[in-house]
Amino acid sequence: MAEMQTPLRKVRGLGAAREGTGHFWRVRVTSVALIVLSLYFLGFLISLNGAGYATVRAALAQPFAALMMGLFVLVGLAHMRLGMQEIIEDYIHAEGQKLVLLILSTFFCVAVGVASIFALLKLTLGG
Amino acid sequence: MSRKTAAAARPLSPHLQIYRLIPTMLMSIVHRITGGALYFGTLLLAWWLIAAASSEHAFDIANSFFGSWFGRLILFGYTWALLHHLLGGIRHLIWDTGSLMQKETSTRLAWATIIGSVILTLLVWIAGYAARGAF
Repeated sequence: MAEMQTPLRKVRGLGAAREGTGHFWRVRVTSVALIVLSLYFLGFLISLNGAGYATVRAALAQPFAALMMGLFVLVGLAHMRLGMQEIIEDYIHAEGQKLVLLILSTFFCVAVGVASIFALLKLTLGG
Repeated sequence: MSRKTAAAARPLSPHLQIYRLIPTMLMSIVHRITGGALYFGTLLLAWWLIAAASSEHAFDIANSFFGSWFGRLILFGYTWALLHHLLGGIRHLIWDTGSLMQKETSTRLAWATIIGSVILTLLVWIAGYAARGAF
């Protein structure tokens, strides 16, 4: 039986993800936001250096501080997920391993994000 | 199957072992390493936030780790990694506009990244100890 599929049909979906410069652009947008957020994060930690339980809780319960920390965590995780994707795609060439690592990396970022945001919500909204 | 052999037979472009190490190349490598370190460093931040939200006991455990010499070493490294990645990122944003890409300028920018990150890290820690009332 002659081959019915055209070469184009065979490679469709295997090549570029049709997102163009999407990955590059998201790395850039998150990095611009992170310039401000990470400087805030550093300043926040400097001001809390050596502080005890009550002081740290009070500082994290402040709405502005909690919002900035939440943004730092979320934007940071989005940025680092994109970065780790690039690292994995550069060095892992076995297709199966690569997919597993990409999925694990996403799980890791989501888990760290959910846990951190839950902690921040608990600190600000009660408890 | 034919896809597999085609992939195996593909020639490899010359890389690390072939090229002489130059500052921009080294900073590129360090940018990636610091990025990877910061990736796992978020675990420390999450631990700290969860501990603060949980109980005084949990917070004290986290705090005593961060206060130990080993914890402080890790946090010092974390600070440097963050600042180096931050400066390296700004450098890349500048390059994205197409400016400062001349050979000598980009090399100078690479040196500025490493020197700047070390100086800023020291300043952050001096400020940290000052906030603690150590001086």
